[in-house]
Amino acid sequence: MKQEWPLWEVFIRGQHGLSHRHVGSLHATDAEHAIQNARDVYTRRKEGVSIWVVPAADITASSPDDKGSLYDPADDKVYRHPTFFDIPDDVGAM
Amino acid sequence: MYAQMIKSEATQDDPEKLAAFQARIDAGDKIEPKDWMPAGYRKTLIRQIGQHAHSEIVGQLPEGNWITRAPTLERKAILLAKVQDEAGHGLYLYCAAETLGVSRDKLTEMLLDGRMKYSSIFSYPTLTWADMGAVGWLVDGAAIMNQVPLQRTSYGPYARSMVRICKEESFHQRQGFDIMMKMANGTEAQKRMAQDALNRFWYPSLMMFGPSDAESVHSEQSMRWRIKMNGNDELRQKFVDQTVPQAEYLGLTIPDETLAWNEEKGGYDFAQPDWSEFFDVLKGNGPCSVERIEARQKAWDDGAWVREARLAHAAKKQAAKVAAE
Amino acid sequence: MSVAGLIRMGDNTLVLGQRLSEWCGHAPALEEDIALANMALDLIGQTQLWLGLAASREEAGRDADALAYHRDAWDFRNLLLVEQPNRDFGVTMMRQFLFDCWHFEVLQALAAHPDAEVSAIAQKSVKEVTYHRERSSDTVIALGDGTEESRGRMQGALDRLWPYVGEMFSTDDDDLTDMTALRPAFDAYAETVFAQATLTRPDSDFAHMGGKTGARHSEHLGHMLATMQVLPRSYPDATW
Repeated sequence: MKQEWPLWEVFIRGQHGLSHRHVGSLHATDAEHAIQNARDVYTRRKEGVSIWVVPAADITASSPDDKGSLYDPADDKVYRHPTFFDIPDDVGAM
Repeated sequence: MYAQMIKSEATQDDPEKLAAFQARIDAGDKIEPKDWMPAGYRKTLIRQIGQHAHSEIVGQLPEGNWITRAPTLERKAILLAKVQDEAGHGLYLYCAAETLGVSRDKLTEMLLDGRMKYSSIFSYPTLTWADMGAVGWLVDGAAIMNQVPLQRTSYGPYARSMVRICKEESFHQRQGFDIMMKMANGTEAQKRMAQDALNRFWYPSLMMFGPSDAESVHSEQSMRWRIKMNGNDELRQKFVDQTVPQAEYLGLTIPDETLAWNEEKGGYDFAQPDWSEFFDVLKGNGPCSVERIEARQKAWDDGAWVREARLAHAAKKQAAKVAAE
Repeated sequence: MSVAGLIRMGDNTLVLGQRLSEWCGHAPALEEDIALANMALDLIGQTQLWLGLAASREEAGRDADALAYHRDAWDFRNLLLVEQPNRDFGVTMMRQFLFDCWHFEVLQALAAHPDAEVSAIAQKSVKEVTYHRERSSDTVIALGDGTEESRGRMQGALDRLWPYVGEMFSTDDDDLTDMTALRPAFDAYAETVFAQATLTRPDSDFAHMGGKTGARHSEHLGHMLATMQVLPRSYPDATW
């Protein structure tokens, strides 16, 4: 079996100052090649101003079985969301 | 519709796990790569996403056939951008399939040796410039009908690649119709090309949805898993109902004498394509089946030294970096 | 302002864009296929600008498409280099690299051209071509340095294409800038890439001439134009 170009995950930051967002994957031989490929594959429509690439093999993911313990506790902390608080309209924008 | 006749795999997993899995799907949960999934779900998805990806890549060829002959600079740029998008869509889909544990090279190998299929439509030739119109209008039109609902499919990476693909495809069908309008309103020769293109692509387009659901034993399981969202006949009907008025607008005649509006069902009655032709094409006997795979095989073989050399260079670079540290 | 000089710029990008577009669907990897198409799209876009400006300046009732589709080979003013066939991926990328190195220097010079429309096109194009040169340089380095086979192919490509380099730096009054002045920067840059690519620059500086003057194109151009122009020529009354 011939060796294959490694898989990379691509993250792109758009023009509006938001965080880098995962947009997809691609194959490339090293980081520089991955950046060039990402530019060609994932910014054909001017989607971004900054690119991160990460070898897919280097990503450590949380285990799906931990979903409950990791995320459920946040469910009842509704006070973390701005819509929890009723502010009278007279106060204006907040 | 780029995935046809996908055989769904029976599953022999723990019934309790299966029930929990089905409950997640019924609740609209997305299944992610590291989640437990039935072996049959995984196998069926690999087959479906793989066939979808192959269709994008082989689908580059019939339209690529006209890039060098596009009649204006603008048409050339538009067509090239569109065929390039198809390469991108193939790439996104291969990556989605890879999350299920199969490599892109392995999938390519299976396409080339005939173990995996691509959509029957791409085994048909593109003979005039009007075919660029017909492919965009009819073939992309049919594909979109299938791909839009797939944005809600149960497998996360597949759904996300479909979101991206649908967003990018939005211009594809329109550019096809735009070419058809120019041709249908053009010179006598252009009108003739437009009608000829419709004549040749109408039935192959209807075949894209696959044979009737009544004969498809695999649809049910796939629909329960939410990796097939609609029935074949339902989508085909929708396609015909949408396309007939567009053909009328163009002043073109759909090559079906039985075509008639059926008030009762609120849709058109239409003739079925020749399904024996469809099965012949799937077996590799389409007018261009041999050329299509030959072209992909040649690209694969001719590119081997490039893929190897890039890897070798990266390894040397890495070694030099380590040595320097 | 020389219309002939504008046509030279536009014919180069047109012919090379056409050559690159032949790869669509056939490249060694999907990522490379997409990258080649991006370069072709940039070049076709630049063609519309250069030939569009040429057409408006010549005031002969033609537009960019008329110039692209209704001239025969002897009226084309592109460099011989860009009409050379793709052959393998190595030849294609070596041709691209040599052209990009020249193109980059020309556009940098033209970005400061006194004619505002010329400098505007050059300023837009040089951004695209900076990336073309980066990508083709890295590819030449990777394939030159890669394996024994790839090195042999890249050296063969360089040997084969080197006789078409000299024409890029020949110059006459039709050119928008003095091309001879660009040679040192070209040589310096190319030399660093060849060194990293472990390739040897050929000794002979023999140069084939005749593309940019139209005096003697290669046999390849006629075939390319026969394909490219077939529809507008066969159906002159049609609009597309």
